[in-house]
Amino acid sequence: MDIIVCVKHVPETAEADVRIDSTGKSIEKTGLVFDINEWDDYAVEEAVRIKEKLGGTVTVITVGSEDADSTLRKCLARGADKAIRVTDPKLEGSDGYAIAKVLSKVIKDLPHDLILTGAQAGDDGYAVVGPALAQLLEIPHATLVKKIEFKNGTAVVNRELEGGLEEIVEVKLPAVLTIQTGINEPRYVSIMGIRKAREKEIKVLGLTDIGLSENEVGEAGSWIRIEKMYIPPVEKQAEFVKGSPDEVAAKIAELLKAKGLV
Amino acid sequence: MRFELNDEQKEIKKAVREFCQKEFTPELALELDKKEEFPMELYKKAAKLGFTSLRIPEEYGGQGYGVLEECIVVEEMCRVDPGLGTAVSLGNLMIPDVLLKHGTEEQKEKYIPPLARGEAIAAAAFTEPEHGSDITRLDTTAVKEGNEWVINGNKVFITNAPIADYFIILCQTDPNAQPPYRGQSLFLAEKGMPGLDVEKLHGKMGIRPCITGSLSFDNLRVPENNLVGELNRGFYYTLELFDGTRITVAAQAVGIAQGAFERAFQYAKNRKQFGRPIIDFQGISFKLAEMHIKIEAARLLTYKAAWLYDQGKLDPVATSTAKAYASRVAMEVTDEAIQIHGGYGYLEDYHVERFHRCAKITEIYEGTTEMQKLTIINQLKKRMII
Repeated sequence: MDIIVCVKHVPETAEADVRIDSTGKSIEKTGLVFDINEWDDYAVEEAVRIKEKLGGTVTVITVGSEDADSTLRKCLARGADKAIRVTDPKLEGSDGYAIAKVLSKVIKDLPHDLILTGAQAGDDGYAVVGPALAQLLEIPHATLVKKIEFKNGTAVVNRELEGGLEEIVEVKLPAVLTIQTGINEPRYVSIMGIRKAREKEIKVLGLTDIGLSENEVGEAGSWIRIEKMYIPPVEKQAEFVKGSPDEVAAKIAELLKAKGLV
Repeated sequence: MRFELNDEQKEIKKAVREFCQKEFTPELALELDKKEEFPMELYKKAAKLGFTSLRIPEEYGGQGYGVLEECIVVEEMCRVDPGLGTAVSLGNLMIPDVLLKHGTEEQKEKYIPPLARGEAIAAAAFTEPEHGSDITRLDTTAVKEGNEWVINGNKVFITNAPIADYFIILCQTDPNAQPPYRGQSLFLAEKGMPGLDVEKLHGKMGIRPCITGSLSFDNLRVPENNLVGELNRGFYYTLELFDGTRITVAAQAVGIAQGAFERAFQYAKNRKQFGRPIIDFQGISFKLAEMHIKIEAARLLTYKAAWLYDQGKLDPVATSTAKAYASRVAMEVTDEAIQIHGGYGYLEDYHVERFHRCAKITEIYEGTTEMQKLTIINQLKKRMII
């Protein structure tokens, strides 16, 4: 099975001090540590596991500058066979739709039985590239996938729904599946993996190589444009619940119910 | 001259860091520090990923990198936790190094691959109750009887002794040699051999998950082909060995210092006194800046010594300089890290006191700081012509 995984090199923002940059439309990137998007991490692991079971190849693709090579090398060290990076200054300002256009142009010329992406990215969180990519390639897709099995040319997948529900759907291959965290436990990068990755090459493509014009990407080729980015003001909405432990517990339960949290 | 790790070295650094951050949990670190217990499961996991066999060639199941890559790994492990870090990084210490240089093909094939894969633990026995820094004379003897060597004597402060499968032992083989060190040889022994007795040593100040013990040999008989290299060359092999391993002790020290610094830095940013984070007070911020300066200098000395070794330009002055300086820095930085934490730093739950306790060993083992200074000055006396 030939599997493509689309990955993104994102800043780790969970514990960092995030500041808005001078354009007011993005965050200040200096001092931030970049790594593979968490959801993509699970997607790569899933792809490698499928390959180890059924044979085939795993190709990882990213759109980004040379910095993103460290994310691709990590994927290669974990068992991906090939890596492709699309880069061009004109790609700056692309939204998920424009990125999906780029990815679809690369993927249509590659053998692919299955395409995996992370369910969303840890930086912008649009969750749009997977479904848009499927649409552009005119193949089916399923989002928030927690489990994958194969049956006669189809993928039988569990999708995570709200409220702790799951549904099982059968998707005709080739298809795009967007992977939810927790589908597996991503392996550690081993020294052997790093050694093997040394032999593997990262192929770098520009816009002209994939046959897209500059109007089709960047802000010009996007449907979404960022107007403003800001850090929401801190508001104080604490409520102190008083009374005996039993009363407090009952009040908290009521509050949680009223807010739809339980 | 390039002051930057290459891409592969950066990948190694990141890979080992990710592993340690998940696996070297504070709970495990505290538990094994208390129990004085070796993290066997963790060791095997690390070995499977290749983190414990950087310097062993691929043909013997290792990774085929150099001392610099090993230093990067050791540093990262000790940065997350010095107790678990030293324990895991010393699981297969020294035997592969000696055998690769002086072992027979048979010895290499028998002993190195299980050590590389993490299936066996190694212990190297040099120090004796009466001979610590001075191993130029030994009380442990090996006498040839037929096709065996019969070993008698005692060794102390032997890392891994209670859990080791393989031992390498430095013995006096020619009692009449003058000076005595010209009559010393190295032998291999295995767990369970009659006449080999092991006792666990308790109550170490730091690196308590790294198990230490004493060995006694009462007519321990080893086959004659367990002699390593040439007869009566053991002392020289030992000195040569330390030239490499001492660099990784410097890396332990750098890692310990870095880990303590990061904890102190984070604490100083969050801890508020007199209405502002204590990092905004110059008394604290200058401390942190000085800690950083020292660590950076120690790291550069360590990487330089490692780089020289890997280039085949081993320099005992560079090695001893790195070890003496980095170990002092580890003591000073971990001390200041506790000071920045104030009363909390004195509690085990804030971890920096453990870093301080673990730092001390780096000034002692594999040649005390005083021995490093002797090496430095003796070499300089030969080299400096003014």
